[in-house]
Amino acid sequence: MEIDWLKFFFYCYAALALFGATMVIFSRNSVRAVLFLVLTFVASAGLWMLLQAEFLALILILVYVGAVMVLFLFVVMMLNMNLSPLKEGFVRYLPLGILIAATIVAQLVWVYKNTDMAALHLGELAQKPADYSNITELGLALYTDYLYPFEIAGVILLVAIIAAIALTFRGPQNRRSQNIAVQVATRKDDRLRVIKDVGPDSDLKA
Amino acid sequence: MDLELIKTIGWILVKIVAIIVPVILTIVYLMYFERKVIGFMQARVGPNRVGYRGLLQPWADGIKLLFKEVLVPSSSNKYLFIVAPMITMAAAMAAWAVVPFGTGLVLANINAGVLYILAVMSLGVYGVIIAGWASNSKYAFLGALRCSAQMISYEIAMGFALVGVLMAAGSLNLTEIVMAQQGGFWHWYWIPLLPLFVVHWVSSVAETNRAPFDIAEGESEIVAGFHVEYSGMAFAVFFLAEYANMILLALLAAIFYMGGWLSPFEGIPYLGQWFAFVPGPIWLILKTCLFLFLYLWFRATFPRFRYDQVMRLGWKVYIPVTLVWIVVVALLVQFKIGPWFS
Repeated sequence: MEIDWLKFFFYCYAALALFGATMVIFSRNSVRAVLFLVLTFVASAGLWMLLQAEFLALILILVYVGAVMVLFLFVVMMLNMNLSPLKEGFVRYLPLGILIAATIVAQLVWVYKNTDMAALHLGELAQKPADYSNITELGLALYTDYLYPFEIAGVILLVAIIAAIALTFRGPQNRRSQNIAVQVATRKDDRLRVIKDVGPDSDLKA
Repeated sequence: MDLELIKTIGWILVKIVAIIVPVILTIVYLMYFERKVIGFMQARVGPNRVGYRGLLQPWADGIKLLFKEVLVPSSSNKYLFIVAPMITMAAAMAAWAVVPFGTGLVLANINAGVLYILAVMSLGVYGVIIAGWASNSKYAFLGALRCSAQMISYEIAMGFALVGVLMAAGSLNLTEIVMAQQGGFWHWYWIPLLPLFVVHWVSSVAETNRAPFDIAEGESEIVAGFHVEYSGMAFAVFFLAEYANMILLALLAAIFYMGGWLSPFEGIPYLGQWFAFVPGPIWLILKTCLFLFLYLWFRATFPRFRYDQVMRLGWKVYIPVTLVWIVVVALLVQFKIGPWFS
């Protein structure tokens, strides 16, 4: 029997992603929920890799798994949250949750129904040779055709960073910052006084 | 299942073993040399009892750790406690898949090699965080927090330093980065990218949590940091992963800035011809050993940084330096300046 390995790995990663996503919601422990979210990201990166988008897959791991989720984990670990009050409203919010889920599923179905699948040329998408570099293609697209949207997105992120700093900055009062230059410039003579000759009536003598 | 597929998988497995076994042997003797080198630097002799001049000492240590009991603290998260060292080790080993040892001597010659290595190394931090949290110990937790903050900070500086390298080489493929440095000692990237080279190397030391950046272990402050509750083989796995990362980062520094497996005498009259017979991997090993020696040297000579000093160095010194030098590299490449980019 001939096995379609691409499909096999797709279903493996898809199942892993779904399992991880489900466990994020159902984990009792918030740290475990974050770790399952990490698993979901890794599985999604695997799916993107199967689509030959190796740059996006690796960036997903590098940025989300390697940095964002570590900071998440950092915060969640220190908060030591008690999840039981959060679980209490489960039944009360269930109708709203079902409504949102139904809307999303309806949207997906609508898009799927109204798309001419044959016109997408799905067979042709996966026809690139092994040495094809989609990083070069992505870079060319970002820095030529989409230069302005790309730069604007960067500026928006910068504004967000400055806003976050401005919100948490409490002004110069009550700050005890160190002057590193002074610390580095300190010499032995500034801190240490060597008393060579201890006289007979000195209180330094034991 | 056809025979061709089994053959391919079998051949890949052989290659993996051919990489992993020398790496493990190097780890084992790196431990021995670390103790010897630091011993000599501190006017001691180091291990000299087990075997000739103590050469069997790492094996004795390994066997001892294998037979010790792996204690699992009763109030720990048992599953994560066991998984944490495995994650660290898996990340440390997976990165070796894309490392080239010579022209064509590579397991997976992928286009996004640099990104792959950065991505896999960033996974290693999970082992440390999970270990610190699952141990349910304050010292371990403090060590994990320090470690994650430090590794994220220095990953940014290292990433920016690598941006300079890939701009200079015009590729993310490790083999092509080495090939772009052809032409002997003065054509390697350590000259045009000198500030990035320094930032990258110091970040490498910080990424592996080695002295003077070993605040995650900091035995004078938090006992043993994130692995304080680990014993026996579980501790040994953390230890092995740390040394595997050291070797990997030393090798990467040689590849990115020191011409990889290229001969330093290339293009120099007489010397170039005399040393032409030396195979490329030998040069790579020699360069890697140089960087590994630097690791040991740093540990024997520098006192440990304070936590705030580590953070300041990463965020306020190294990241601005790399940002400035990336612009300089862009200008160098754009206007084809020097012997490097002409």
